[in-house]
Amino acid sequence: MAILGLPEEEFFSYGHRACAGCGAAIAIRLITKAAGKNSIIVEPTGCMEVTSTPYPETSWKVPWIHGAFENSAAIASGISEALKYLGKADKINIVVIAGDGASYDIGFGHLSGAFERGHNFTYICYDNEAYMNTGIQRSGSTPYAASTTTSPAGKMSIGKAEWKKDITHILAAHGSRYVATASIAYPNDAFRKIKKAIETKGPTFVNLFATCPTGWRVPSEKSIEVARLAVETGVFPLYEIENGKHKLNRPRDPDKLKPIEEYLKIQGRFKHLFKPKKRTDVIEEMQKRVKENIEMLLRYEKYGL
Amino acid sequence: MKKDVIEASHAIAEAVKLVKPGVVAAYPITPQTHIVERISEFVANGELKSEYIRVESEFSAISACLGASATGVRTYTSTSAQGLALMFEILYIVAGMRLPVCMTVANRAMSAPINIWNDHQDSIGVRDCGWIQFYAETAQEAFDLTIMQYKISEDKRVLTPSMVCIDGFTLSHLYEPVAMPSEEEIDAFLPEYTPYHAVLDPEEPLTLGPIGFPSHYMELKKTQVDAIDNSINVIKEVFHEFSKKFKVEIPGNRPENYDVIESYKLDDAEIAFVALGSICGTIKEFVDDLRKSDEKVGLLKVICYRPFPMEDILNSLKNIEKIIVLEKTVSPGAEPPLYTELRSLFYEALEKPEIRGFIVGLGGKDVNFEKIKKIYDMVKKGKGKKVEWVF
Amino acid sequence: MINFESLKLKVNEKEVTIGAILKSDGSTAKLKTGSWRVRRPVFNFEKCVGCGTCWVFCPEGCIKKREDGKFEPDYDYCKGCGICSEECPVKAIEMVMEER
Repeated sequence: MAILGLPEEEFFSYGHRACAGCGAAIAIRLITKAAGKNSIIVEPTGCMEVTSTPYPETSWKVPWIHGAFENSAAIASGISEALKYLGKADKINIVVIAGDGASYDIGFGHLSGAFERGHNFTYICYDNEAYMNTGIQRSGSTPYAASTTTSPAGKMSIGKAEWKKDITHILAAHGSRYVATASIAYPNDAFRKIKKAIETKGPTFVNLFATCPTGWRVPSEKSIEVARLAVETGVFPLYEIENGKHKLNRPRDPDKLKPIEEYLKIQGRFKHLFKPKKRTDVIEEMQKRVKENIEMLLRYEKYGL
Repeated sequence: MKKDVIEASHAIAEAVKLVKPGVVAAYPITPQTHIVERISEFVANGELKSEYIRVESEFSAISACLGASATGVRTYTSTSAQGLALMFEILYIVAGMRLPVCMTVANRAMSAPINIWNDHQDSIGVRDCGWIQFYAETAQEAFDLTIMQYKISEDKRVLTPSMVCIDGFTLSHLYEPVAMPSEEEIDAFLPEYTPYHAVLDPEEPLTLGPIGFPSHYMELKKTQVDAIDNSINVIKEVFHEFSKKFKVEIPGNRPENYDVIESYKLDDAEIAFVALGSICGTIKEFVDDLRKSDEKVGLLKVICYRPFPMEDILNSLKNIEKIIVLEKTVSPGAEPPLYTELRSLFYEALEKPEIRGFIVGLGGKDVNFEKIKKIYDMVKKGKGKKVEWVF
Repeated sequence: MINFESLKLKVNEKEVTIGAILKSDGSTAKLKTGSWRVRRPVFNFEKCVGCGTCWVFCPEGCIKKREDGKFEPDYDYCKGCGICSEECPVKAIEMVMEER
């Protein structure tokens, strides 16, 4: 049975302890629908792991393993080789569902190692742009000027002073046959990409943008709206790199992007850019980089890169 | 049964070949690298059908073993000092998840300063992680213990990961005669692995590694600790079965009947050495030499360090007047571990022996005949502090 | 292959399992998170066109398709986040304060 082109069956049960409006929970529902019953889920420590397996209860309806915070790619490597040994190679989907803290930072080296070795598994990062489970601390994925508890905005600080790490391109450089960015606000696109990543041989990666209303200080009902604006403003463009070739899905016109202000002003984590004084200089710089990024992606696509 | 003069690390590789793990995770670190190199040759030549993962760090090595073991296959990895330290958090996790991962630790000193030579700081440093620990004296013991550790760890009454510790360089790189049973003989002793409690299989979906709130954590931990405490019975069972099936082929290179301890000339001894690992070989020579002059001295070799065989040790040393503990490790800020554990063991004894502790061999300093003699004389003459460093 | 019953142990009057293993059976459904709600979504089935947008965006996955093709929430689990109301293309869902 399908609704909106997505399978109706749920593999992730309600009763989990995630916040009301949790974007990552929406992400998990999409991922597990794409992976299906014939999967093994590997998850590191993080919001989704903690809220979904409060012993003696579990939200999962498929095989699921949690080891530690940084090693889900290494655990997935062990699982993929064990399945090979058992003669079940490529017959079961191995899907890692990891937060950005685990992927961009502490697990980055292991992620690289697993991709370099070429194990057959899919790594999906639910990107809510900070260490949310421990209370909203800055990660390598946190965007420029976002206020977090370890990079708070203040008299001497704009918030996070570094730009977001480009994990998708780094993993593409490992020779992965398929990497993509996706967003919970575009569920069919995300579903298609996750399914494609799972079906593609070797290590594949999807960076799935998932709103954290608690951490971004956004009303819970705006979770999808914020994620949609992130794409429409070009802050989080949706693209795929298949066999080394880019395809930009949206937004495709760098001159017709929604102004980044529309995305920033509804989030509490950027409120210091508007009050007490509007930081036009910062907003303009962010707008410039967003436009340049879209232009760059279009160039890659145009020249077959 | 094949007999060969072989490097201990290669003997272990031969044992791993016989054990047939499904997944081997390999990362180089001196002095264990010879083990994983030899295993990779076996895989490259089709002699061993394992999946060999060349991981990017020891942390990944143990994590890959965790994943593979959870999927339901036998695993193997090997490391030393810094590598073992890097694995630290996962050692606890594998034990908590009760996965029967087996590994070899080629004992090496902990940095800083960086030192690749032998001492026991690494494995003794992780004695509380919940893994079973065995210490080998000879290449034969290293081989035999590697076979036996799988049968012990995988036993449904145990389900506890284990490490066989061999002294880096002093044992790992030592060429000794080793008797190696055939594949058929080992297959009969160690059957194929069947997971008892954990698989990752869409046919029977399980959740592994949930969060344990204060309401449940302590209860879960108790089940884990009970298992390793009670494993001593299974260890003795497996040791006994092995000793019956595989008799001594090369005299003197292993105990006739494997046990959690080895009592060497302790029956009428008044003074006893207590130690772990290959240093026991040198101590045995010393004991033999002293016995020529009718000195009543013996050695208690501890083979199984975790679980700590308290009753066996107490029983073995019950008539001893002076106990000399030789340790290749320290507990900075406190008295050394094995010494402390021995003293605690005798706390309630009606007749307490004198117990002296000696820190020796750190960072690969050779512990030879002369040094052991020096220690013995110190104890006999009642000289020196309770705990002494012997450089 | 695994005999789950034999993995159960009793410690301190509590039932636990070896290695904290659980069956992946979605047992968090035991907790009725509907009690967390401050606002509740009220569905207007006249306006509803059965598009499924509310269903796809519900973080709990507690919105179900009815026999008549329209959608309704399971109030036992609905946390009242308001996403369904915000995203409904025909504005068929209204958030009202819970009365307690």
